[in-house]
Amino acid sequence: MSAPQTILPLEVRQLVFEANSTRLLHDINLSLTAGQRTVILGPNGAGKSLLLRLCHGLLRPTSGDINWRGTGTRDRAIRHQAMVFQRPVMLRRTAHANITHTLKIRGVARTERRERADAALALAGLSGLADLPARLMSGGEQQRLALARAWVTEPEVLFLDEPTASLDPAATRAVETLIEGFHAAGTKIIMATHDLGQARRLADEVVFLNKGRLVEFSNAERFFEGPETEDGRAFITGDLLW
Amino acid sequence: MSTILNAFAEAGALLASFDADFLAIVGLSLRVSLTAVLIACLIGFPLGAAVALFRFPGRGAVTLMLNTFMGLPPVVVGLLVFLILSRSGPLGVLGLLFTPTAMIIAQAILVTPIIAALTRQIVEDLWREYSDHLRSLDARPLDTLGTLIYDARFSLSTAVLAGFGRAIAEVGAVMIVGGNIDHATRVMTTAIALETSKGNLATALGLGIVLLVLALAVTASVQVINAIGARKAAIA
Repeated sequence: MSAPQTILPLEVRQLVFEANSTRLLHDINLSLTAGQRTVILGPNGAGKSLLLRLCHGLLRPTSGDINWRGTGTRDRAIRHQAMVFQRPVMLRRTAHANITHTLKIRGVARTERRERADAALALAGLSGLADLPARLMSGGEQQRLALARAWVTEPEVLFLDEPTASLDPAATRAVETLIEGFHAAGTKIIMATHDLGQARRLADEVVFLNKGRLVEFSNAERFFEGPETEDGRAFITGDLLW
Repeated sequence: MSTILNAFAEAGALLASFDADFLAIVGLSLRVSLTAVLIACLIGFPLGAAVALFRFPGRGAVTLMLNTFMGLPPVVVGLLVFLILSRSGPLGVLGLLFTPTAMIIAQAILVTPIIAALTRQIVEDLWREYSDHLRSLDARPLDTLGTLIYDARFSLSTAVLAGFGRAIAEVGAVMIVGGNIDHATRVMTTAIALETSKGNLATALGLGIVLLVLALAVTASVQVINAIGARKAAIA
């Protein structure tokens, strides 16, 4: 669906992030390529959201590099990306207007906006709620709307930060189906979650973080079959990490 | 006590009479204050939103100034505008002194900081909520500004009402730059001041009651419009 692959692979080199002189991410090295669904896994406070925000360009690294292919800076790369947050940001407008707003920001002609918003709402199963104020929708509907809003930007990379953390199983399934839709359309998925079941369902590769360090980065099957590290084993067997 | 009772009778009589002079005064009051508020909105909304949104050197000082200027003394503003518009002043050639335009200018100066300061606070709060999404979209500054002002519109109406309240109620500035000229620049507040100084306390109080009713009507209509719109957009 998106333009010819332009920004992948993503190369993260010796990424460090500090806040109030506390080091929250330590020397992360990572290379993410197109096609694979990448799941960033780890307990709360591991630095999953930070890593996503840094890669997306919402935060600036303290040191180290985040390079998208063909772009030296985040500024052009971010236009090929979209991000869905744990608590979706809903504009104080109708569901439909939430999407047309995004299209307007991205410079889509007014005449095209309505049609594309309608299509995205239909895809997310929200056609019947088009005229409902977004903030009156349920949590699951809001998250689907956030995904529909991301869809219209035709991103090459979609970041998802615990998109189902506060949803019930039915809503979670609907969201996961939409994520699969992005994947099928060729969008690179980079998702943070602490939900092991979800990681098993969606991941092609796993980035396992703990206490701000990259502990393991491997093929999903290999990670779930036999993690190479003590921390990894403890996490997938359900032991608490701290 | 009888003065107060007489005042209500006067107010009722004034309202019932549809006296042309009286209606002209009411009309001018509304025209001057509403125009001043409109101008203040055109300047104050973008200014307040910009201060909320952008980090620049001196931002703290600008915020402090806006907050301080919310309490500008009307007589001082009136005096400054008087000096600027008077024959020997820098804009004296325009011949605006003692015209409704001069009154609008003075009131716009009084109201702009109120609207800008309240806008800054409202937009800053909304920006905290929206920033992830708008930055993720890589929205341009102007688009961001527009989105925030539009989505804050119901909260901003409170700022507009605060500004209108200030404008319609002040007497010091319009008295100095308008001159309280009968049939030309006389508004409700200057008329009240005049009647009071003439000792017509009941008439003055009657005018005061009418002024309150006017303010009530304007505020109520804004609230009704707001309530309808807010229900549609679910701002809660």
